[in-house]
Amino acid sequence: MWKWLHPYAKTQNAYELCRRLQPWFVITALITFVVGMVWGLAFAPADYQQGDSFRIIYIHVPSAILSMGAYSAMAIAAFIGLVWQVRTAFMAMIALAPIGAVVTFIALFTGAAWGKPMWGTWWVWDARLTSELILLFLYLGVISLYASFEDKHQAGKAAGVMAIVGVVNLPIIHFSVEWWNTLHQGASITKFDKPSVAPEMLWPLLISILGLALVMAAIFIRRLQNEILRRELNRPWVQTLVSTAREK
Amino acid sequence: MQFDNLTAFFHMGGYAFYVWLSFGVSVLALVLLAVDAMRQQKVLFNAVEKEQARKVRIKAAQTETKQNRLDKQNMSQNEEVTHEP
Repeated sequence: MWKWLHPYAKTQNAYELCRRLQPWFVITALITFVVGMVWGLAFAPADYQQGDSFRIIYIHVPSAILSMGAYSAMAIAAFIGLVWQVRTAFMAMIALAPIGAVVTFIALFTGAAWGKPMWGTWWVWDARLTSELILLFLYLGVISLYASFEDKHQAGKAAGVMAIVGVVNLPIIHFSVEWWNTLHQGASITKFDKPSVAPEMLWPLLISILGLALVMAAIFIRRLQNEILRRELNRPWVQTLVSTAREK
Repeated sequence: MQFDNLTAFFHMGGYAFYVWLSFGVSVLALVLLAVDAMRQQKVLFNAVEKEQARKVRIKAAQTETKQNRLDKQNMSQNEEVTHEP
């Protein structure tokens, strides 16, 4: 596996791989995301208790799960960068951070807009909501720590350590609904038991999760290419790449 | 479809404001993120081209000064020759 993976530590190979994958990710992301949203909004049956307000689940749950998924991915990238001194891994880390921050914001925002009609309040300071808010601050911390260093190698290391330390927040978010009393309901999908959601509601939900994941991946691929370009501006391969792209 | 008509669909069983607010803001945020990534690409491509043009100019200036120096040397040599009695 190392033999297969290692060439992509080189920025030029990573860029080339991203460039080739990009159109496929964009197409599948758009299709899956739209199918998930339309199915959830128009074709899934209404909840017998919450009526049509429950349809917010088709953006809230995917964004909440993937806000944690993106954080894990970012922390893994930071770990690879710190342990094996891979520059490209730090570029992946910082390409992921703003995506994760936006998705965390979406999870919080849609949660508030769902909480208002169902709980009667936009926000409560309970464990689930507060720990998810801390996740947003962790993302912002990684982004601003990286931005505050002139030397981007130093920046990657500092922000990487912060990203890894922040991983402690992920199990807190996940188990917050069991450890503390909360308004937020327990897990319905991410548990070892069978998911406790009716299949007609579960399928569009799973597709929505996949759709949002693909959208994030597509944006990530573009952002990683940008990060590589930014860091390798003076390399000859970047210069030939740009001039051949312009000739087309 | 779960709804009888489009009006019912947009009405969302009375929860229109919350449902469409959630989906609207979410999609808007994702679109902005994607647009920013594409805009950044353009900015960076322009920066690379600018850097390329700068290198070409520096190279041209360097060869020019080198040429000037050579010309001057030649001239002074010629002058020396002409000052010989």
